[in-house]
Amino acid sequence: MSLELVCPAGNLPALKIAVDNGADCVYMGFKDNTNARAFAGLNFDQNSALEGVRYAHSKGAKVLLALNTFPQSDKWERWQGAVDNAVELGIDAIILADPGLMRYAARNYPKLRLHLSVQGSATNYEAINFYHEHFGVQRAVIPRVLSLAQVEHVVKNTPVEIELFGFGGLCVMVEGRCALSSYATGESPNTCGVCSPAKAVRWQKTPQGLESRLNGVLLDRYGDDENAGYPTLCKGRFEVNDETYYAIEEPTSLNTLEMLPEMLEMGIAAIKIEGRQRSPAYVEQVTKVWRAAIDSAKRAPKSYAVQPAWMAQLNKLAEGQQHTLGAYHRPWK
Amino acid sequence: MKLSLGPILYYWERDAVFNFYDEIANTPVDIVYLGETVCARRHLIGTSDWIQMAEKLADAGKEAVLSSLSLIESESDLKRLRRIAENGKFSVEANDMGAVHLLSAAKIPFVAGPHINTYNPQTLEMLAELGAKRWVMPVEMSREALSHMQATRPAGMETEVFAYGRLPLAFSARCFTARHYNLPKDDCQFKCLDFADGITLKTREGKPFLALNGIQTQSASVYNLIGEFDSMRETGVDIVRISPQGFHTADVIRLFRETMEGRLPVQEAVQQMARLMPDQACDGYWHGRPGIEQSYLQKAEDAA
Repeated sequence: MSLELVCPAGNLPALKIAVDNGADCVYMGFKDNTNARAFAGLNFDQNSALEGVRYAHSKGAKVLLALNTFPQSDKWERWQGAVDNAVELGIDAIILADPGLMRYAARNYPKLRLHLSVQGSATNYEAINFYHEHFGVQRAVIPRVLSLAQVEHVVKNTPVEIELFGFGGLCVMVEGRCALSSYATGESPNTCGVCSPAKAVRWQKTPQGLESRLNGVLLDRYGDDENAGYPTLCKGRFEVNDETYYAIEEPTSLNTLEMLPEMLEMGIAAIKIEGRQRSPAYVEQVTKVWRAAIDSAKRAPKSYAVQPAWMAQLNKLAEGQQHTLGAYHRPWK
Repeated sequence: MKLSLGPILYYWERDAVFNFYDEIANTPVDIVYLGETVCARRHLIGTSDWIQMAEKLADAGKEAVLSSLSLIESESDLKRLRRIAENGKFSVEANDMGAVHLLSAAKIPFVAGPHINTYNPQTLEMLAELGAKRWVMPVEMSREALSHMQATRPAGMETEVFAYGRLPLAFSARCFTARHYNLPKDDCQFKCLDFADGITLKTREGKPFLALNGIQTQSASVYNLIGEFDSMRETGVDIVRISPQGFHTADVIRLFRETMEGRLPVQEAVQQMARLMPDQACDGYWHGRPGIEQSYLQKAEDAA
């Protein structure tokens, strides 16, 4: 089975760079809250989407469209319209989380390929097979919570292709099942396509250090010698029983380069790179490294070894300049 | 309008759980959800125990419902899920699409729990077609969004709202309680047993913010809609859910019942409630605000 490299395209330049550097697929979103990276200045309008699809197809790459937020009860038409638009644009597959929207897509466009988004929170084969039986979902992106052995068990028990996250920002929570952001700010990935939105962030220099606040909630305080990262709610330092530490998750990136042969062996269909919000330069470098690694693992899985240069390159791009194997590696849990 | 008691979200000693439900049998609650919904490692109560407790509660006139695990990862999790789904007697609250799959395939009517992402009428309609008789609104949904759902609610579908308790906000594969003790999850030493209401997490300026409950993260503040019976009635809410807490759950149920039946003025209920809650109250989500906010009390203060 071939292993596809799926790269993030936050805008047209990133899309082109991903395609030029060997992405098999790129994934993108429209300029609204129908996708889980609904950030200002990001994503595609009608013209750039058309151009993106044309460019990718001319180079033999596929375009996937993320429509992976949950349509809010009174604004259903926006999400339904996005599905219609995807068909008109000639998108190769849409990535969905909401069962109602999946039903709409399956009923109205039976030929349209459907992928289950990581936001769909399917962590077992019974859940994945539900989406397959009811809507003909052909691929599922697994939340970043299963160990590799658990992933393998899923692969063996479903006809659905499995896509795994390989690199990028790490959600410590099960995607699609986290309302921490709306608890503090009123907006969450599920409802608004954002987490810890920038408009709720305030930085302030104080005698105790540089403080980051999310809608008034103190997320962290940095000394002069510390690097201050983007204040994502779960990545702050908090007090628990009088101890101050990263109580939920340290700022770090997922990097599973060294697991590529195992992933190939168990029949993973695709590796996803996170980061539609990152720069075209990030997309270029990550795509290059992963293209080289996947080609190398496919050519000679037995003698595959992670090249130090790849790792060095990726570590430079990683959040907090650290990386982890995440839940794929059991002791992490 | 009915009152329900949600599943215990914490890990309590076995005797404490049995005693708790003995007490609940004598409280004015109509529906009781039973089962481990948070962590597959919590093993002091098995499926047969939950069924036995459900039978006792049914004998006491309660509607007992078995709740399924929210984060199902392994084959043994699925095995337990199948056992719950096929219990043959009690209806089941599905907290994951795997559970919806099993229950709908077996044509067993079910409750779509708060962790099924039911955010729009189309999804609710689909759940109804699959056999859902009741749905529990996602905790972050507002009253206004709910009213849109209610406008096209499928015939016979009951609507339940999580109306009291620390809010279950997030699930992870990772255990934050074990992390706090620098223990791996697989050898967590069941530290959750020491915290009947989870462990309060505070900001670096000492303000309670969240609560760690194993792999679940909750709000530190207690979601409390006791002042919202009128608006819940107007929105067509059928069932008001109270989430069990370490202490005083029976008192909380009594206050909700008396307020619901108009036998206790809201102000008085709110006052009595203050000393029963493990932390301060919040109600922002219901008002379309950040969940952490408390508008009801604000409103009361503004009026004063």
